[in-house]
Amino acid sequence: MSRSFIAKNPSVLVFLAGLALFTLLVTVFSEGFGVGGLSTSFVKTLGKTLCLCLVAIAMDLIWGYCGILSLGHFAFFGLGGYMVGMWLMYARTEIIVEGALAQGAIPPTSQEVIDGIGTQIFGVVGSSEFPSIWAFSDSLILQLMMVVLVPGLLALIFGWLAFRSRVTGVYLSILTQAMTLALALYLFQNDSGLRGNNGLSGLQNLPGVSASQDVVSIWFLWASAFALGAGYVLAAFVVSGKFGSVIRGIRDNEARVRFLGYPVESFKLMLFTLTAMIAAIAGALYYPQAGIINPAEIAPIASIYLAVWVAIGGRGRLYGAVLGAAFVSLVSTWFTGGQAPDINLGFYTIQWVDWWQVILGLSFVFVTLYAPKGIGGLFDLIKTGEKS
Amino acid sequence: MKRLLLTCLALVCACQMIFAQSAAAQAPGPLQTVLQAHAKDVAKPSRKTIQPVIDAIVASGLEPVPGFLSAWADKSVWQRKEDGLFFIGEEVAKRTYALTDVDSGAVVAEVAKKELKQLKPNSGVRGLIATALVQFQLSDPNPETRAAALLAIERAPGAALLAPLRASIPAEADPVLLARKTRIERLLTIGYDEDTAARVAAIEEMSGDLGVDVRAALNPLVARKLNVATELPEGENIADILIPGEGDLTVEAAYDLLVAAEGVPPRTTPEMIKAVLADNINGGFVAGVPVAQFTDLQTRLSAYAKLAAAGQAPGLVNDAEVQSALDLHVFYETYAEPNAAVTTAAEAALSSISTRVGLNQSLDLGLDAISLASIYFLAAIGLAITFGLMGVINMAHGEFIMMGAYTGYVVQQVIPNHTASIIVAIPLAFAVTFAAGVAMERLVIRHLYNRPLETLLATFGISIALQQLAKNIFGTQARPLTAPGWLDGAWAINDVVSISYIRIAIFVLALIFLAVFLFIMNRSRLGLETRAVTQNPRMAAAMGINPERVNMLTFGLGSGIAGIAGVAIGLYAKVTSELGSDYIVQSFMTVVVGGVGNIWGALLGAGMIGTLQKGIEWLNPSNTLAAQTYMIIFIIIFIQFRPRGIIALKGRAAGD
Repeated sequence: MSRSFIAKNPSVLVFLAGLALFTLLVTVFSEGFGVGGLSTSFVKTLGKTLCLCLVAIAMDLIWGYCGILSLGHFAFFGLGGYMVGMWLMYARTEIIVEGALAQGAIPPTSQEVIDGIGTQIFGVVGSSEFPSIWAFSDSLILQLMMVVLVPGLLALIFGWLAFRSRVTGVYLSILTQAMTLALALYLFQNDSGLRGNNGLSGLQNLPGVSASQDVVSIWFLWASAFALGAGYVLAAFVVSGKFGSVIRGIRDNEARVRFLGYPVESFKLMLFTLTAMIAAIAGALYYPQAGIINPAEIAPIASIYLAVWVAIGGRGRLYGAVLGAAFVSLVSTWFTGGQAPDINLGFYTIQWVDWWQVILGLSFVFVTLYAPKGIGGLFDLIKTGEKS
Repeated sequence: MKRLLLTCLALVCACQMIFAQSAAAQAPGPLQTVLQAHAKDVAKPSRKTIQPVIDAIVASGLEPVPGFLSAWADKSVWQRKEDGLFFIGEEVAKRTYALTDVDSGAVVAEVAKKELKQLKPNSGVRGLIATALVQFQLSDPNPETRAAALLAIERAPGAALLAPLRASIPAEADPVLLARKTRIERLLTIGYDEDTAARVAAIEEMSGDLGVDVRAALNPLVARKLNVATELPEGENIADILIPGEGDLTVEAAYDLLVAAEGVPPRTTPEMIKAVLADNINGGFVAGVPVAQFTDLQTRLSAYAKLAAAGQAPGLVNDAEVQSALDLHVFYETYAEPNAAVTTAAEAALSSISTRVGLNQSLDLGLDAISLASIYFLAAIGLAITFGLMGVINMAHGEFIMMGAYTGYVVQQVIPNHTASIIVAIPLAFAVTFAAGVAMERLVIRHLYNRPLETLLATFGISIALQQLAKNIFGTQARPLTAPGWLDGAWAINDVVSISYIRIAIFVLALIFLAVFLFIMNRSRLGLETRAVTQNPRMAAAMGINPERVNMLTFGLGSGIAGIAGVAIGLYAKVTSELGSDYIVQSFMTVVVGGVGNIWGALLGAGMIGTLQKGIEWLNPSNTLAAQTYMIIFIIIFIQFRPRGIIALKGRAAGD
């Protein structure tokens, strides 16, 4: 079985080799483990890009292969980040609070430690009580399970409601966008239990780890590369078998698949939940590298950008999603980071920080109109070139 | 004889002395006499001591009193150093003052400034004088003075003003002022009348009134104060007896009150125990317990108990002792007003008022909901054409609204007159967004008909680009789009229900749009052709209709309406590049909830979403973000039950 699905997707081996080479090269040139040459912040950017590639794979599965344009997968991504961020913040604050209380003459009781952590974390939103959603935040194992379970459960409930009432096409897109907006607005409140618009911060500091950021960034790069590789193989496996054929059939003609006797809704729901979980794992790896997560991260526009990456990379092929996410997010970072030189036209200076979004938006229109296969379409051109 | 002579001499002498005196100064008038009786306080008034003086002056009932009081407050009363008499002074030449007698009003002398001393009452004293003056101003011939006096009473009501106010009512000629006087008289009666029956009658009379002033007069009467005593006192107007731990009064709060009132020892808190333990550390031990063991509350308590037993710490006040101390006392609330009959009537009146206020508030909420609904309707009506009729998902619709608002802003920069600029801006905004819509239809959407997901993506791209363009041109800060002056203010039905004129204008505009839409779709050639193309483009083309042209015009029309909506929304919200994206999700929700392809559906959808959002906001007023969250969740659930919206098209028109 495993031979057959890799044989069907020769890109898997090429991709894994490329990913391994990339990781090796970054490690060799990193400041933490290698000869130096790549700054730690750039290593973090590369690590974050790998996570974005993973969520793009999830998006490609649900959109490119199943035809469901979900505008909510970045919400799952953000939720994953929140779940891991809760443990990071709790554990790190616990160390700080215990250290501070140990200075006193009398050793603290466990209740005093918890109260101290509560005040430290929720002081910014005028509270000191732990909301019930933080119940598992003291346990890394449980919280890591929450990374997958919470977004998975949300996707399961939402998907069940949406698919069973046969909401399809653009209606589903708008509905997923509404879900994202509702979640973002809810998290923006101070009494949401996740620190309102302050979000969770200081996530780059691993509790109990004294290694420098130079080293930690490489660890996260490895973890992200491993997750991306595993996600790619999983996605390739999923789309190659019978399950893959059914979901492609749903994309091309849902009614016909239903008439053939397949439970279309169950297939869609399974895929929706699976991709939400993949997105959440990507988010859980992304935000410790970013250092902070706040509700603005899961605003509807973020999910739209996710669709933009996949469309530019070329949907319906896994490497297209990876290429699109890596290419667009790195170019965006380059342009919006102020590194691109401004162009002085004499009467007007084009500042890329201002104009990049315009170009991105218009290139999106261009890709949709004239290059629906995206960057991945270039590979088709090469292939046909070889044949002829 | 000699004796007689002597007597005569003495008489003459006496007479001469009297005459000599009257030549030097005339006898003081009645007001001057009153003033001289309090000369010291009048010359150097202080806020604490002057009230009896003012009362005495007013009580004299003399005719020149108001004139004197206002001169006094204006700092134009002078005291002559020579004899201590008070005059109203006026500067006639440099450093020379003409002195007017306070009684007769006649100028009696012109004196150099150095022989005089000016009376300078401070602002506190001037306030008291002004209050004393009010009763004279109430009957002033000038209506403006009377109105000002009434305003002064409203600002600083007092018992002293009740009688003069009552006296001035029968003579009042101005009907408006008469109504105000009567109303203020009722309010003052509630607060200050000595007759309990009159107060209760006034309270009952005003109990149906929604005015804020009535509640302001009643609330201080029923203000409550929490007290503690060993047994319930007699003769106090007690509102309620409270039991600690039940209702609003917590055990902690009750004990804190007891600590403050009776000086009993405060409850021993964990922090106090910790502090005492920390103070008594002796070589790593506290009362024989190692410090390291104090990670447990129970260990701490037992160590503290040992310390207390040894007399090194105050005794432990635990829950049982707190409870027994509380049991010995009774906690009760007293009314600020000692008269029980008055407070009972006031409570009854307030509860009947609050029922009526509640009714009116729900009316107000209804108006708010309608106005929010009309804003959503305005934002969604263009979408009802492009999405509802043509089936084109235009995610840049919000940016068309934004373009309309910015058009209004630019027009206002050119035409400063707000009325004229709005009149120009509305057709201009339509023209701009119509052109933009037509351009977009020709360049992008035309190639993507029947590929809705691609349309959605491409228009997203346009939306991103347009938003950033607006940011580049106009900056990120909000731009003002000012409404004309005649739209300022609000239509206040009473003190509770009011609606701003802008919201009424938006409501009217929404109605006009509805009418225009219905006219175009049902009565015009374009509407007929649009409906034909929507239902069956090939058949329509066979009938000689050019579907491309119709699609272009219809899309332009929808976009143009979005532009006009943008002007209206800009009037009431700030114009920013994010204006459109704030409305886009709600607009789509409105159309989807209402039912695609039906204008009445959009109307119902807007009504439902507006009412829902206002209703949720009312339940949780501090949190409008939560309201939006719950509303979206509600809509997601609603779509479960009516996936095609409130008004679903049936049969072939439903398409699919």
